[in-house]
Amino acid sequence: MTAEIETLPEDGGSLRRQMRKARWRAFGVFLKRLVAHRSFLIGAIILVLFSAVALFADLLAPYAPNRNNYRFILMPPSAEFWFGTDGYGRDILSRVIYGTRVSLFIGVTVVLFTGILGTLLGTLASYVSWLDALIMRGLDGLMAFPGVLLAIALASALGPSEITVIIALTVTFTPRTARVVRAGVLVVKGMQYVEAAQAVGAGHARIIFRYILANALSPLIVQLTFVFAVSIIAEAILSFLGVGPPPPAPSLGNIIADGRTYIQEAWWIAVFPGLAIAFAVLGLNLMGDGLRDIIDPRQRNHR
Amino acid sequence: MALFLVRRLLSAIPVLLVVSLMTFLIMWLVPGDVSAEIGGTDATAEQIAQIRAQLGIDRPILERALSWYGNLFQGDLGYSYLLGRSVVDAVLERLPVTLSLTALALVFATIIGTLLGILAAVRHNSWLDQTAMVAALVGLSIPDFWFGIVLIILFGVSLGWLPTGGFVPITEDVWGWARTMALPAFTLAITQMGVIARMTRSSMLDVLNQDYIRTARAKGMRGPTVIFKHALRNAMVPIITVVGVTTGVLLSGAVVIEQVFSLPGVGRLIIGSIQRRDFPVIQGGLLVTACVFVFVNIVVDMLYGVFDPRVRDDR
Repeated sequence: MTAEIETLPEDGGSLRRQMRKARWRAFGVFLKRLVAHRSFLIGAIILVLFSAVALFADLLAPYAPNRNNYRFILMPPSAEFWFGTDGYGRDILSRVIYGTRVSLFIGVTVVLFTGILGTLLGTLASYVSWLDALIMRGLDGLMAFPGVLLAIALASALGPSEITVIIALTVTFTPRTARVVRAGVLVVKGMQYVEAAQAVGAGHARIIFRYILANALSPLIVQLTFVFAVSIIAEAILSFLGVGPPPPAPSLGNIIADGRTYIQEAWWIAVFPGLAIAFAVLGLNLMGDGLRDIIDPRQRNHR
Repeated sequence: MALFLVRRLLSAIPVLLVVSLMTFLIMWLVPGDVSAEIGGTDATAEQIAQIRAQLGIDRPILERALSWYGNLFQGDLGYSYLLGRSVVDAVLERLPVTLSLTALALVFATIIGTLLGILAAVRHNSWLDQTAMVAALVGLSIPDFWFGIVLIILFGVSLGWLPTGGFVPITEDVWGWARTMALPAFTLAITQMGVIARMTRSSMLDVLNQDYIRTARAKGMRGPTVIFKHALRNAMVPIITVVGVTTGVLLSGAVVIEQVFSLPGVGRLIIGSIQRRDFPVIQGGLLVTACVFVFVNIVVDMLYGVFDPRVRDDR
């Protein structure tokens, strides 16, 4: 079998080229479907807008986010201060604009780390049988802490900072991600094309990366969209509770916490940063829904 | 069913062991300890060392772990020097507030969520369906603690209909309790309302397309009977799964919502203890909450058995 393949180098080469072409074509079809999907498109536009605000914060913000101005304390929204000012006379619009940067940075980092760790643990658990029980029981234990409670505990133990939030959220969201990867890998592992690859003598690494992970990727991507959304909310919660980036930092949760203090006299402090969070999360949820529709066609007829 | 219950209870044991180990390790991660807090700012190094010896936090980690587990099995979660009382007492005193908040939110989320979902499914692709689903999506996208603040501004500050925070025990004044709990419970429920509505809709749509529903309609049964008796019962399993997950989310969400509305629950106790670096209380609060969560999951699994006989036969 192998000998036959080796005797056909030219044909093998053109076959490979054809396969690559076919793969690109399939990817193109996938992209076209995504763009045609209304809720995915709306979500993507929202996310792009949010990211643009975060990236170009220096250009967009009318004032410095931490500049106190005691002449303009607790000003309601006006032409000068669109979102009003807080108890130090800081411009809420500028703080919210810089706040999106903190949210985006933490969201992206948590998605990245969760994706890597989740894939690693999930693949190990499904591929190395003696590790399976060990890893999964450990993750079950982590998941037994409801929601962000574990993140709150971890963040409080490690001390308030951005890094802390990233670590705490990664630890909190990795278990579910690892489960998704493990389930995906277990399905693909039993497929005939994996067996065929083993039969022609492909190594473990090649099988894992080329055949198994490539095909278990789609549920992971959907999962990570939701991790992104939840991280943005969770970051705000941690900041609000005082275990996130410490106060002068313009994180959206910190601004809401300021607003909680002035709830009687200045509604605008708390309202606008919350709207920014809701906007970003809505966009990510729309994207996640769209991706799931396209990747998992069983649910498509329901919308 | 009894066998299923026993098995499910046994499977919780390793999870609880991991949970208790984690709670212990998290606190071990912490730099610094409570001795400085007790001693005050002008305590000498000797005084600090003395306090540390008294609390037993100068002993090696393994020894501390063993004694912690030893006490744990006797139902002793330690003593809080800052509160001047045992951790178990402090946590148990606060637990009813958290549990009633969670339960009330669960009721809101489940009732409104399922009704919204059923409505959307029955009127599939109508404007009602579209509106309900947009509402659900918005509901699950807004941060609940922020929504709570908005509600306080609206109903507490601007309209003055409801108190802006604080708590009245139900034993003292039922109406006062309802007034203080209405906003927090609704706030806590909003996200999960959306989740449950979406799940109910898709689960109901699956079932409504089945042949036996057409048969039931063909027999001339009335619409509501078909929907509630035939369809909903069969659509229940995925809905219960979501409600089960919801309970956990609500339980942890309660921590934050208690902080927003100044409710004296376990969450507020934990957050306060974090600020005071009162670790026995943090540990105890975490552990109790996680145990409640594990217990809730067992109850949810039991409910599967009630609604879907295949589940209990399989295992």
